[in-house]
Amino acid sequence: MATSSTLPHDDNPPGHFGPYGGRFVPEALTAALDQLDDAFQAAIVDPAFGAELAELERTYTGRPNPLTPVLRFGELCGGARVFLKREDLNHTGSHKINNVLGQALLTTRMGKTRVIAETGAGQHGVAAATAAALMGLECTVYMGEEDTRRQALNVARMKLLGAEVIPVTIGSRTLKDAINEAMRDWVASVDRTHYLLGTVTGPAPFPTMVRHFHEVIGREAREQILAAAGRLPDAVVACVGGGSNAMGLFSGFLDDPQVQLRGYEAGGDGVETGRHASRFSTGVPGVLHGARTYVMQDEWGQTLPSHSISAGLDYPGVGPEHAYLHDTGRAIYESVNDDEAMTAFAALCRTEGIIPAIESAHALAGAMRLGRELGPEAVIIVNLSGRGDKDVATAAAWFGIELGHSESM
Amino acid sequence: MSRPLDEVFTATRAAGRAALIGYLPAGFPTPQESVELITAMVHAGVDIIEVGLPYSDPLMDGPAIQEAVDLALKAGTTTDVVLDTVAQVTAAGATAVVMSYWNPIERYGVERFAARLADAGGVGVIAPDLTPEEAGPWIAATTGRGLDRVFLVAPSSTDTRITTVCSVTSGFVYAASTMGVTGARSEVSSAAPALVARTRRLTSLPIAVGLGVSTGAQAHEVAAYADGVIVGSAFVRRILDAVDHASALARVGDLAAELAVGVTR
Ligand SMILES: Cc1ncc(COP(=O)(O)O)c(C=O)c1O
Repeated sequence: MATSSTLPHDDNPPGHFGPYGGRFVPEALTAALDQLDDAFQAAIVDPAFGAELAELERTYTGRPNPLTPVLRFGELCGGARVFLKREDLNHTGSHKINNVLGQALLTTRMGKTRVIAETGAGQHGVAAATAAALMGLECTVYMGEEDTRRQALNVARMKLLGAEVIPVTIGSRTLKDAINEAMRDWVASVDRTHYLLGTVTGPAPFPTMVRHFHEVIGREAREQILAAAGRLPDAVVACVGGGSNAMGLFSGFLDDPQVQLRGYEAGGDGVETGRHASRFSTGVPGVLHGARTYVMQDEWGQTLPSHSISAGLDYPGVGPEHAYLHDTGRAIYESVNDDEAMTAFAALCRTEGIIPAIESAHALAGAMRLGRELGPEAVIIVNLSGRGDKDVATAAAWFGIELGHSESM
Repeated sequence: MSRPLDEVFTATRAAGRAALIGYLPAGFPTPQESVELITAMVHAGVDIIEVGLPYSDPLMDGPAIQEAVDLALKAGTTTDVVLDTVAQVTAAGATAVVMSYWNPIERYGVERFAARLADAGGVGVIAPDLTPEEAGPWIAATTGRGLDRVFLVAPSSTDTRITTVCSVTSGFVYAASTMGVTGARSEVSSAAPALVARTRRLTSLPIAVGLGVSTGAQAHEVAAYADGVIVGSAFVRRILDAVDHASALARVGDLAAELAVGVTR
């Protein structure tokens, strides 16, 4: 496995990214987080672990996945040369499997027999259920009740894979509340249970570890773009929920100052409406789910509900490393509203024959904006973090397509 | 100058009993009613009150406290209301500490919160998700203001970890008896006596046991080896199940009286 790129903040105390990150957890979890960190640190210097993971990535996930040039879609991006990193072609249909396989191997190494996971869009839950089936682990997935409705297909997939899916009916009934419930389970079951957290948030070592398992995205993309375009891209673009697919892609280009890093978060109905998940335009630094980061919160420090058409971006916090990249200016974050994302969703379907996840459609909309800014000479990589099968019902409703009839969008 | 928490433990030790520590969220079910409920607990024999600061994401709490803080937030309980609650119950004779997740304190301003809490007569803070590693600003803000900092130890804590936790703790150490969230349990965890014994070897601070204590008999059992007995969800449950405020007051008072007998040895 290639080594991580060196970052300006690699000399921060472990688990911190400038003022962000750290560990804000009940003491009962300290020992488990230490154990996890030890297992992770030991694994990443163990060639046997690296070989086992690389073999799974090749023979199970289907890596490397391609970097697809999208000429017709590029015309909608100011004529820029746009390439899609095809995480949607991974087994289970998104980037989430990269992290899940790494953590599932660690679970076995720690001698634990059960994994729990939170999920928003259901892609992480499906990936976790998949890895659990593959490795003979018990699996429980917490999912906000609202999300079980809008991502019903993925609930069925998880159940088929043998996982128990627990709908969370408290709070805003979305991802944030699913994480609360998973943490409550974990603190009581930590002896034999690993919390397989699905993105680069949470207490240390999760942000660092989850990023590590997604670095394969950036590594492959860098090699592939050098082969395809003969040079580094001008920008790499990703949607940012918790921020794992973005960190994976960004990590391949962090040390190349000429490559812009662009993250797109969910603008929902519009930042001005208050119904959005734009942590960087409206959030303030605070603590949520075990880490210091940008948090959508009121003046008293109560978490505000987020909103997005995309369940996977519907979260009021964001990974602490993104908070750091934001403050240092190394990465730039903007919002993409529901309608803009759905326009990009339709555009990719029609120009390239690829149905993206609505999460990924936020990145596509970002590329349409950015390409017009950078012009036709620009080379842009968009992380196509997932495929859109799970979103067909939502998209059909958005575009007024009656399911069961053959009408066009 | 000795501090209020020290004085409580000195007195209860002299009396040959454990201190009774009761938790109730401020603003639950409404700000005014919570002041009356807490005052009733004090009059019925609770030595130290933990005034809970309601938070939107109480990930260490079980269903009873989740429901209570949800009601408190809906009733408009802000941090200022919590501080006002502390002032009112202190005036009514309580020795009060605030129990809060960290983010509301950070958002209020660490220095500002410490100053206002001291002004309100509060004597300390328990922040269950603040680890010693992240507590630098909090230690600076509380030092010199007479506020005690209560940190937690758990059955999974190593001896080294317990030593680290105790090195930044004052007032008392909170021994979380169970690996789990808050909530009444039919038995106090068998891990509790061992955790207290281990902690006892590493510190001279008073040790209070919390998580799962709900009856006088359980309080009696814990009082045999701990300096303090912490009860939260059982009070909250009494209020949630009461038909009206008068009956909530009576039920909370009855439970406090039962526990106060229990903590004698
Ligand atoms: C396809 C897809 N992309 C992106 C995300 C957002 O997560 P992250 O920001 O961690 O990549 C999700 C989360 O559910 C997802 O399913």
